[in-house]
Amino acid sequence: MAEVLLEARSVAKHFGGVKALRDVSLSIRRGEIYGLIGPNGAGKTTFFNCMTGLYIPDGGGFDFDGAPLKADAPHQAAERGIARTFQNIRLFANMTALENVMVGRHVRTGAGVLGAMLQTAGTRAEEAAIRQRAEDLLHYVRIEDRADDLAKNLSYGDQRRLEIARALATEPKLLCLDEPAAGMNATETEELRDLIDGIRRDGTTILLIEHDVKLVMGLCDRVAVLDYGALVIEDVPAVVQKDQRVIEAYLGA
Amino acid sequence: MSKWLNPRSAFGIVLIAVALIALPFVAAMGGQAWVRIVNFAILYIFLALGLNIVVGFAGLLDLGYIAFYAVGAYTYALLASPHFGVHWPFWAILPIGAAIACVFGVLLGSPTLKLRGDYLAIVTLGFGEIVRIFMNNLNAPINITNGPQGITLIDPVAIGDFRFSGTTQILGISLSGPQKYYFLLVALAILVIIINLRLQNSRIGRAWQAIREDEIAAKAVGINTRNLKLLAFAMGASFGGIAGGIFSAMQGFVSPESFSLIESIMILAMVVLGGMGHIPGVILGAVLLSILPEVLRYGVGPLQMALFGKMLIDPESLRMLIFGLALVLVMRFKPAGLWPSPERKRELGEKPAGGA
Repeated sequence: MAEVLLEARSVAKHFGGVKALRDVSLSIRRGEIYGLIGPNGAGKTTFFNCMTGLYIPDGGGFDFDGAPLKADAPHQAAERGIARTFQNIRLFANMTALENVMVGRHVRTGAGVLGAMLQTAGTRAEEAAIRQRAEDLLHYVRIEDRADDLAKNLSYGDQRRLEIARALATEPKLLCLDEPAAGMNATETEELRDLIDGIRRDGTTILLIEHDVKLVMGLCDRVAVLDYGALVIEDVPAVVQKDQRVIEAYLGA
Repeated sequence: MSKWLNPRSAFGIVLIAVALIALPFVAAMGGQAWVRIVNFAILYIFLALGLNIVVGFAGLLDLGYIAFYAVGAYTYALLASPHFGVHWPFWAILPIGAAIACVFGVLLGSPTLKLRGDYLAIVTLGFGEIVRIFMNNLNAPINITNGPQGITLIDPVAIGDFRFSGTTQILGISLSGPQKYYFLLVALAILVIIINLRLQNSRIGRAWQAIREDEIAAKAVGINTRNLKLLAFAMGASFGGIAGGIFSAMQGFVSPESFSLIESIMILAMVVLGGMGHIPGVILGAVLLSILPEVLRYGVGPLQMALFGKMLIDPESLRMLIFGLALVLVMRFKPAGLWPSPERKRELGEKPAGGA
């Protein structure tokens, strides 16, 4: 269980003079829920974006599942087994919920133009499998009754769930959730918590960025705290909670 | 399959088939010119569906689409005319034309991958013009395209001894050249429609839609946006290339004049006016926009005479005036196009309810 799935090696990223990440090193183990917290602007999302290939780090790099991750290749990150959701939900708004999840299957399927044109038996079987899997996933996140609604017409909480379903469709080894509880009420947060816990129990490692400290401390096996782009501490919640530097970072020195 | 066996849709298909077979004979009653107009309408369906892959599916605004049509047309013209003394059969040239257009599509696509919306439109517009200007000037130092004079005496489509130009008798029915081309065009158009429909509901089609909706999210779920955008350009361009080849054969003559910017804009207008991304809508748009100007050409003059007893406005300018007005009105009252996809209609229909 203690095997490392993702290792960040001195990841640095700056935007002009702003050092968004200063040599952040951390490691996520297989099967755990790993929390990444920090005040606004601490560099959490930047870290995510570097890892998923949307940004190119200025220094350092990532090892994932035993091999280095290529920078600047977001689609390859997904292929390797990293899936993510976005802080400000990014669904395919004018596609149905089911289609959104079906798009998530893209990276694990292979039908090309010729297959589609000729409607070969293989293509049809794959298409049916994609649909079936997407339906299962909608059921898994409990929004199966919204399958044929356009993504943008879903409620906020359902959109969050749909985004998770879409990410799961890529069969990730590591699922990265960027503030999934943002804007949710207490009941919705509780349901989300159960969902995340369930995903982990089904075998997916989870990296969770979250502002809701209570949720993070209750759910995560280990927590890392970022402040001004630097790693403050990486440890189990009980230790992190009592750390003086963390308290300062959150309450202001 | 059960959908096809449904008696109502089977009846519909039979009805459409009968109408399609009867159309060239009905049009011929108004003269062969009308058959040609119908042929061009089908050619435009072809082009609009090709552009729909780029604009409607993948969401890449392409204002230089006519360049691929030009590439296809010139490929056919050069390989089947006395200009170089080469006379290859059409079934060999059309795929070559499609392939060359496809290469041009990738050529245009690769430097513009990072561009979106207006910026992409400007580059593609420039590309369209470059191709046309090249065609216009490639007569010196080596005469390749014969410059503004264009290429004449292009071979018609022929299968063995059966030529698509001139009148022939088949089973006692006299078929004129345009009428024969009509059936060829319908067959090809049906093929293109089927390919479009199948692409739309495929893994590739969904990936294109995803790129159109949100490129970053598409990347995050593992879609190789670069390759898929190039694929969209290449596919769209190939359709344009094939349409160009048929245009060449049908007309027997090509010159750079046929590939001006206004043509690109017309095809884009067909896609947008009909209903972007919705195949039946795009077909409707192509038919309307190619037939309407012709109807106005023949109708406006007599109408003025009947109403006012004299010609008040030059029919040619009035034609474009009415045409422009029609476009403005459609965009004002049907912003999603005349026949948008059900999803898009739903989305626009729900807006007032959501706002209230």
